Amino acid sequence: MIERPDTAVPSIAQRNLEGYVGFANLPNQVYRKSVKRGFEFTLMVVGESGLGKSTLINSLFLTDLYSKDYPGPSQRIKKTVQVEQSKVLIKEGGVQLTLTIVDTPGFGDAVDNSNCWQPVINYIDSKFEDFLNAESRVNRRSMPDNRVHCCLYFIAPSGHGLKPLDIEFMKRLHDKVNVIPLIAKADTLTPEECQLFKKQIMKEIQEHKIKIYEFPDTEDDEDNKLIRKIKEKMPLAVVGSNVVVEVNGKKVRGRQYPWGVAEVENGEHCDFTVLRNMLIRTHMQDLKDVTNNVHYENYRSKKLAAVTCNGVDTTKTKGQLTKSPLAQMEEERREHVMKMKKMEAEMEQVFEMKVKEKKQKLKDSEAELERRHEQMKRNLEAQYKELEEKRRVFEDEKANWEAQQRILEQQKLDASKTMEKNKKKGKIF
Amino acid sequence: MAATDVDVFSNEEKRNLSLGGHVGFDSLPDQLVSKSVTQGFCFNILCVGETGIGKSTLMNTLFNTMFENEEASHYQNGVYLRPRTYDLQESNVHLKLTIVDTVGFGDQINKEDSYKPIVDYIDTQFENYLQEELKIKRSLFNYHDTRIHICLYFIAPTGHSLKSLDLVTMKKLDSKVNIIPIIAKADTISKSELHKFKIKIMSELVSNGVQIYQFPTDDEAVSEINSSMNAHLPFAVVGSVEEVKVGNKTVRARQYPWGVVQVENESHCDFVKLREMLIRVNMEDLREQTHARHYELYRRCKLEEMGFKDTDPDSQPFSLQETYEAKRKEFLGDLQRKEEEMRQMFVNKVKETEAELKERERELHEKFEQLKRMHQDEKRKVEEKRKELEDEMNAFNRKKLAVETLSLNQPLKKDKDKKN
Repeated sequence: MIERPDTAVPSIAQRNLEGYVGFANLPNQVYRKSVKRGFEFTLMVVGESGLGKSTLINSLFLTDLYSKDYPGPSQRIKKTVQVEQSKVLIKEGGVQLTLTIVDTPGFGDAVDNSNCWQPVINYIDSKFEDFLNAESRVNRRSMPDNRVHCCLYFIAPSGHGLKPLDIEFMKRLHDKVNVIPLIAKADTLTPEECQLFKKQIMKEIQEHKIKIYEFPDTEDDEDNKLIRKIKEKMPLAVVGSNVVVEVNGKKVRGRQYPWGVAEVENGEHCDFTVLRNMLIRTHMQDLKDVTNNVHYENYRSKKLAAVTCNGVDTTKTKGQLTKSPLAQMEEERREHVMKMKKMEAEMEQVFEMKVKEKKQKLKDSEAELERRHEQMKRNLEAQYKELEEKRRVFEDEKANWEAQQRILEQQKLDASKTMEKNKKKGKIF
Repeated sequence: MAATDVDVFSNEEKRNLSLGGHVGFDSLPDQLVSKSVTQGFCFNILCVGETGIGKSTLMNTLFNTMFENEEASHYQNGVYLRPRTYDLQESNVHLKLTIVDTVGFGDQINKEDSYKPIVDYIDTQFENYLQEELKIKRSLFNYHDTRIHICLYFIAPTGHSLKSLDLVTMKKLDSKVNIIPIIAKADTISKSELHKFKIKIMSELVSNGVQIYQFPTDDEAVSEINSSMNAHLPFAVVGSVEEVKVGNKTVRARQYPWGVVQVENESHCDFVKLREMLIRVNMEDLREQTHARHYELYRRCKLEEMGFKDTDPDSQPFSLQETYEAKRKEFLGDLQRKEEEMRQMFVNKVKETEAELKERERELHEKFEQLKRMHQDEKRKVEEKRKELEDEMNAFNRKKLAVETLSLNQPLKKDKDKKN
């Protein structure tokens, strides 16, 4: 029984079926549909001229992809590195495969090979870009998959180790494509030399932390044993041939030498069959999956992160990258709304405070004014009162004096009247 | 397959090549299948139908297992959806099955909004997938796909026609999900009635423009069986988990006094047809249709709503980057504008209030001036009065003085007179 990995949904119950249901037929449905759809695969071959790349392709696919009419990369003399693709449609057993072979004539052939990997990187990136755009359209139709699924890198059989160009190329491309290094023209090495060479190469690959394509472990133990055997043979040493030779009555592909025939499909002569089995018969789908799930996703997340981080504070945490750019904008919008609210509240507060101050000042002024007015009024009233008092006193005085005067006048009058009377009476001489 | 027929070496031409032997890529479908089997499959069924119509029983019968479920009451306030996920295995195939039940459907008095929770649920699953697809760091290959692949719509076996609730609901759902209508509890309808009923239902669906799922006929391997099944829609099903002995076999059936209705007997009901179509033959197609048609439609509408376009006004195709950058610029501009607006509003408010306060200040000042003037007036009056009084006092004093001076002379005269 296979253990199911933990899933995010908490309440998943196991159920045992008590009879025939029929979904065991699902794989057949998938099979049927995939055959109807057809398959696509893009294979890139890179290496210096004359390493047998075209011959190997022809041998792998048992077809004349490269021929006199369609010469291979080494036959096309180029001044600079080109990247060219050929699309072929091949059918076998009802299965249609659209195979795209991408080759790089001119690679490593110049005297100064600095940056000769750049056209290759540009090509791979442009295919990723095409796919990303197709995937991101509003109206999505069928998305043809032209991304490079595998890159066969041909190492010259020097027997010593990797060249600086080899290392540089693989280091730059291992993050973008599945790199499978091959020892080309392996029939120039004896088995012992080959062993040493392989060890040396693997050592250097590990030293430089180059990530070549790794075969995934399967759940089947038998398969895993085979896979481990293959891993021990890496990098694969291959021989290719366009020519069919007769050996012991059998017709085989091979290279005829005076001292014998190096058979392409003989496991003791070279690792060609291992390569073919691995590349075509067992791991073609996995190569596509790794390209889709790892290399393409890498490209995409880098591309989109660049878009969203434009003009945004780059000191933000990495947790941001799990959101889509739109969700991120949503979040920024929400943050902004909150910030604005806060700002508004603050401004409101300051405003209110200032208004209150001013109003208070006005009130104080008003009160002061009232007070002074009251005071002045009282002052005046006091003055009035005082004046009134004075007047009253004066009037009294005046009245008194006038009364007095009148009495005096009266007295005088009486006195003079009496005198007159007396005078009249002769009493007065 | 002849060799190529183009003269010029062109990169865009696809050449047909013949192979000189067995290369081995015919194992590609097997590789793909083996990967899918390892990953496991995922299938989501939505059952829409009235309470008690037999949804849970049918699921149990279809998948030959007892899924847990509580019987729903008829007194739910509204419709709500109850998803349950199960891990099933048949031979080496793992299936993560999610069954979504609509609880309370058809029970309310006012059923106008009954379809809404269903549509919302379907849209939410699409939205979740879309969000995952749009993330910067995403993991689609191990995402648990919860999008509904098939909606089984349970029609009550009235024998007459579809209910208006059925038509309304199916019309709302047909652009969002694959619908297979089934006649539930078909053991209450006789064969002739059933035939008429099916025809009525299909014609009503057609006349109302409801798009139900058509079993695909483009693949020769299955086109025959699919097209014949298309003619049997809607399937009249009977579900049962009880086993009854019939003859020398034990079959799943419903025991009545008048006979035994065998679930898997094709002359009794269409259960076997449903199982064939739904599970054995077209499960993968249902998944594909959901992803390629219904989800794409949802995604297209959603993106257009958000303002995404495929081409700019000059009909040049946009790259994703350009689109996002444009969106971002728009977004930032929007934010800035809002900020400006708010500031402006405040500036205006401040101006207004300042003007108001100034006005009040001026009024106060005026009042003050007025009072001052009044006070001045009053003061002047007081001064006048005072002066008046002073004048009077002075006048009186002068008079007094004059009289007193006079009276000082007078008494001499009097004495003189007396002496005389």
